[in-house]
Amino acid sequence: MQLELSEDDQEFRAEMRAFFTTEVSEEIRRTVIEGRELTRDQIVEAQQTLNAAGLAVPHWPEAYGGRGWSELRRHIWHEEMQRAGVPTPLAFNASMIGPVIAHFGTEEQKQQFLPKTANLDIWWSQGFSEPDAGSDLASLRTTAVRDGEEWVVNGQKTWTTLGQFGDWIFTLVRTDPDVKKQAGISMLLIDMTSPGLEVRPIELIDGGFEVNEVWFEDVRVPAANLVGELNGGWTIAKFLLGNERVGVAPVGATKRILARAKDLAKETSDGEGGTLLDDPLVRARIVELENELLALELTALRVVAHSAGGEPHPASSVLKLKGTELQQAVSELMVDLAGPASVASGADDGSDLPDWTRTVTPTYLNLRKASIYGGSNEIQRQIISRTILGL
Amino acid sequence: MDFTYDDEQVALRDAVRGLVGKAYNDYEHRRQVVKADPGFDEQQWARLAEMGVLGLPFSEEDGGVGAGPVEIGIVCQELGRTLAPEPFLASVVLAGGLVAAAGTAEQRAEVLGALASGESVLAFAHDEPGRRWGASAEKVTATQDGDTWTLSGVKEPVLHGARADVLVVSAALPDGGTGAFLVAGDAEGLTRSGYATYDGGRAARVALDGTPGSPLGANGQDLTASIATVLDITRIMAANQALGAMQTLLKATTDYLKSRKQFGVTLNTFQALTFRAADMYTSLELTHSLVDWSTMVVAAGSPEEVAAAAARVSLQVSRGGRHVGQEAIQLHGGIAMTAEYNVGMFVAHLTALDHLFGDGDHQVRTLSAAVSDYDLLDPLEV
Repeated sequence: MQLELSEDDQEFRAEMRAFFTTEVSEEIRRTVIEGRELTRDQIVEAQQTLNAAGLAVPHWPEAYGGRGWSELRRHIWHEEMQRAGVPTPLAFNASMIGPVIAHFGTEEQKQQFLPKTANLDIWWSQGFSEPDAGSDLASLRTTAVRDGEEWVVNGQKTWTTLGQFGDWIFTLVRTDPDVKKQAGISMLLIDMTSPGLEVRPIELIDGGFEVNEVWFEDVRVPAANLVGELNGGWTIAKFLLGNERVGVAPVGATKRILARAKDLAKETSDGEGGTLLDDPLVRARIVELENELLALELTALRVVAHSAGGEPHPASSVLKLKGTELQQAVSELMVDLAGPASVASGADDGSDLPDWTRTVTPTYLNLRKASIYGGSNEIQRQIISRTILGL
Repeated sequence: MDFTYDDEQVALRDAVRGLVGKAYNDYEHRRQVVKADPGFDEQQWARLAEMGVLGLPFSEEDGGVGAGPVEIGIVCQELGRTLAPEPFLASVVLAGGLVAAAGTAEQRAEVLGALASGESVLAFAHDEPGRRWGASAEKVTATQDGDTWTLSGVKEPVLHGARADVLVVSAALPDGGTGAFLVAGDAEGLTRSGYATYDGGRAARVALDGTPGSPLGANGQDLTASIATVLDITRIMAANQALGAMQTLLKATTDYLKSRKQFGVTLNTFQALTFRAADMYTSLELTHSLVDWSTMVVAAGSPEEVAAAAARVSLQVSRGGRHVGQEAIQLHGGIAMTAEYNVGMFVAHLTALDHLFGDGDHQVRTLSAAVSDYDLLDPLEV
């Protein structure tokens, strides 16, 4: 057992820190750090900056832009990025469909999609969930029926995050209705400009339009856009969701926000001559959160140190479960620090209230999603109790 | 950065696990042992000495083995897994740790040599009625008369204070500060009243009335800082011991859920129960991470960093230990309320560990004082 990073890894960490804090647009990083919303262009610009330096998809196979790093280096890369307020590469591209195409795709698909996916020249959307297929994803009903050299797709997907920006969508569709539900699913890549495909925004509790419904009415998809084997989609989905869980505990970002909460508490008056950080209850709450985050970060380090074989460590479900709980708890703290000013989400430039107090409540409401997506936290408990505890 | 044991550490773990498990995997045996004084098995203590365990932390010239904190943590975890009652933590880590940190070469050779060989049990008499978890002494005072020192006042609770052959007693010095004194078990003016604690351990009221003691280290030296660091290391080793106990509790609970039947089916059929077991696992893994980390900080960190790490791991063990312990009893149901079943006793021991060296709220108070001194925590920069 040894705490210190090796000299090489220390050097690697310093390189990452230097790159992220000097080479990525200051304006973009400030937007992230202050908790404001990024535009599509800003997200693309940030990913292209990373990609130009070989830092967008280091975990992909080396032939397609991967770096062959150790799990520990991937972890350091990811943490330093979040710490510096750099938007992490778009998950739909970098963590989800990219590795799937690299692993299951045809040579043509790899050539056609992987470089543009890494560079965010193609913005991918995810077409998995349906109104009647949430945690029970295998019960999905969107169909694809073969017609000559094409598939004809009908049905509805939902919760498609940032679908309004999407160029292409990777979907799970039912290609055989007559077998066990998991055995009749395939993955299709669909151009979102196809006739018959419609994106309808859903307004969320934070007032934003982050997610969408995607409707398919006789959408014709070239047969060459099938990924992997016909009716092999469930295997691909499990591969993809397994990858999703690993990076889903945003330890670095949550630490950064908690540090900011301390700064804001220090500069916010308690109305009685002191600041919020003088309040022992506020300090105690911060201490408890810091400690839980520390335990989580160390657990993530234990997981990466033990995942050398490529299989995720069983404790990775703990990271998703606890990571999202802490992300939510810190966002809740921010609302409480804002106090009565937290209601002023619609205030404009004429407001006397600090800028940060306007965004904290929409963020808090928005982040209730974190314990629902990526396999809800109840699904994580199911994984822990069955797979790890054998219950 | 590496969170795994090397081959020698694995061998140590297996050896200690073998020795301790042979005795105490049979919980009924543990019950019988702790019923009678001194509350542990003297022969088992001798076997631990033979294996070299009792001298692990001490340097070779002091009669020890010169092992590091990871090895000491391994022993504590293994003792915790079976609730072994031998006073390794109180006698070797805590009392021995202070002698090693503050004693003269002569004192170390004499006292630690006898401790490592199993000839002598040591206790640290530090807690005082009305005081909580500090490094200084107030109510026991030391008085100097020529070359001799005498101590007066009451220490309580003192772990294994009645059985100990030698006591290390902290005391307020005449000119301020806290010193420590070696006091023989048969010293004049020493009255010891031992009793059992709810987890099968032993503690004592130790009354001193003009009792002679020889100063640890230089004559009249203020040892507050040494005492503080030894207490911090002991907190981290207590956390290792608690981790071992928590691991046993989770295993016992999952085994029980798989075998106990109600309504014609085993309990693991009920999601209301399995989800709670999953949350116990989460608490356990988070605790495990902080225990490993804090143990490594002992090897690499400054006294200030060790103090912070001790507070952090103690906070986590307090919260996580209560969670795992309380749920273990609830998920077992009535059987865990009985004295002949081991689960309740593990929970009792976790409760004792939680309160011996500073509970979760105490650690929050400590950490709160420094919360505005840094922006974010970096566990690798120690």
